[in-house]
Amino acid sequence: MESIIELEGLSVRFGKLEALKNLTGSFSGRAIGLLGPNGAGKTTLIHTLLGFYTPAAGTAKLLGRDIRKQDKETRALVGYMPERDSFIAGMTAVRFVRMMAELSGLPAEQALERAHEMLFYVGLGEARYRPLESYSLGMKQRAKLAQALVHGPRILFLDEPTNGLDPPGRERMIQLIKDIRDAGKVHVILSSHLLRDVEECCEQVLILKGGEIARFANLEEERQANKKFLELEIAGDAEAYVREVAALGCESARAGKRRIKMILPPELEIRSLYEVAARQNVQIRHLDYKRDSLQDIFLKAMDLESLGEANHGRA
Amino acid sequence: MAVHDRRYKPYTGETTALRSRFLVLPRYAFKDVFKSRWLVFFLGLTVLPPLIFGIMIYIRNNLDALDRLSQLGLDIGSFYSIDEGFFANFLRWQYSFAFFLTLFVGPGLVSRDLANNGLPLYLSRPISRADYVIGKLVILLTLSSAITWVAGLLLFGLNGNMTTWGWMFENARIGFAVFVGSFLWISLLALLALSLSAWVRWKVIAGFMLLAFFLVGTVVPQVINAFFRTDWGHILNAVQLVRIVTAKMLGTTPPDGPPFFACIIALAVMAGVCLLLLNRRIRAYQVVS
Repeated sequence: MESIIELEGLSVRFGKLEALKNLTGSFSGRAIGLLGPNGAGKTTLIHTLLGFYTPAAGTAKLLGRDIRKQDKETRALVGYMPERDSFIAGMTAVRFVRMMAELSGLPAEQALERAHEMLFYVGLGEARYRPLESYSLGMKQRAKLAQALVHGPRILFLDEPTNGLDPPGRERMIQLIKDIRDAGKVHVILSSHLLRDVEECCEQVLILKGGEIARFANLEEERQANKKFLELEIAGDAEAYVREVAALGCESARAGKRRIKMILPPELEIRSLYEVAARQNVQIRHLDYKRDSLQDIFLKAMDLESLGEANHGRA
Repeated sequence: MAVHDRRYKPYTGETTALRSRFLVLPRYAFKDVFKSRWLVFFLGLTVLPPLIFGIMIYIRNNLDALDRLSQLGLDIGSFYSIDEGFFANFLRWQYSFAFFLTLFVGPGLVSRDLANNGLPLYLSRPISRADYVIGKLVILLTLSSAITWVAGLLLFGLNGNMTTWGWMFENARIGFAVFVGSFLWISLLALLALSLSAWVRWKVIAGFMLLAFFLVGTVVPQVINAFFRTDWGHILNAVQLVRIVTAKMLGTTPPDGPPFFACIIALAVMAGVCLLLLNRRIRAYQVVS
């Protein structure tokens, strides 16, 4: 699979502060979430990839293009929705999005057509002739998304896209991001401190801590792996039940009188657990997959003492 | 227009040349500039001096008109002649108009983008910081050029056409001075307007600061000159510096002030400071170390 972001010892300094420390890794997901506490370096990483900051050491490549040597070529491939309120005052939304499209290289007529299309797409069709300064926060967010998409980028950087939105506004934004992701034409890089946003939209997650990569995880693989971890609550002879399932290759541990935690071997189906229960005259009152949520992954990453081994992305 | 299909579709059409991409900025800015009736009225006013000077050239070179006026007792020949002084007078008018034009248009060009965090939107596209500044300079330089050196060279050409082409060759230094002097002045004005508005990020304050720069730049040198009994105080007066440079190039008597090359160096330093300021301010995000 084509690598969309390659980091090669990327470091960024602001005076004495080292904001990004020797980041190395290669990432190729359709939707990658950037997570981390405030000051972890999420926005700095996006800004560096966009060429706003010059790396102190190392470099990065977007779709194989070096951000230092081929900066304009690289920026032609990306769309960027900034975190902060960003617009050009005194312009209607359609004029604003059209100008941004032209700056990205679309001829004037196509730019106008795309501006209309994108504003309808993000749900601002009826308000597209209104000045941007008259927009609500949610509308401004969607106008920013429209300008980021208008030129048809291959990578879309979204920096805290749901910031300050009310629940319906957030839901609408998340739905748009999912739709863009599912269209399959754009790689989405979503930076957020809201785990729920990342969990809903992203397949992979890159967790930053103190300017370093704390963890790179494929959420789908994590979910698949977690399907082999079970929690059961039974009524009956737990000892005998555990003994018989152990003979099938299950590792188990008692977590109370009736509760059992279990790891299934890959070839064993859950049906076998019910068959054993029937033979032993044991009732399975409750069976659940252990869900290692993004929150667990994030919290584990934040607790890592040594970042050495996790300092390389596993894309 | 295909707005009925509301799914996301990538753009697959052609794109414009990367080198000329920055020209999108002046194109949009011109549309905004010409929305202002006051500015259109002002631009109309700036046409008056070239028109009057053009009529003067026509009369001076039209024997019939001169005869008729002399019959009325008006000896135009003794009033004025088409020489260096004539063009120096013309430039004095147009330099003032260029200043007020920059004062109206300049401060809003950058401050509007900076005040609303618009720069990340520009600079995340295939537009460099230099492209952005050049795009904004083009707006001011085009408008100011039209009323200074373009109008001046048209008058120069008109006189050449009405006398002999030999006059143009003999007085080529006038044409050169009109172009170079005007370009120095309007470039300095444009750089000052952009850098001040990038610095303060507020259109009104930037306008006041531009005005103050020239007012203070006129008063302070007078005080320095009086106190130290020298002419070198004018090194701080951008207006005087450009006047001296233009007069030297035209071959007319320059006003009091430092020598020609000192003026050139002082103007270069002023332009350098403006570029330095723009380099610090025109960034997607300010970094606080």
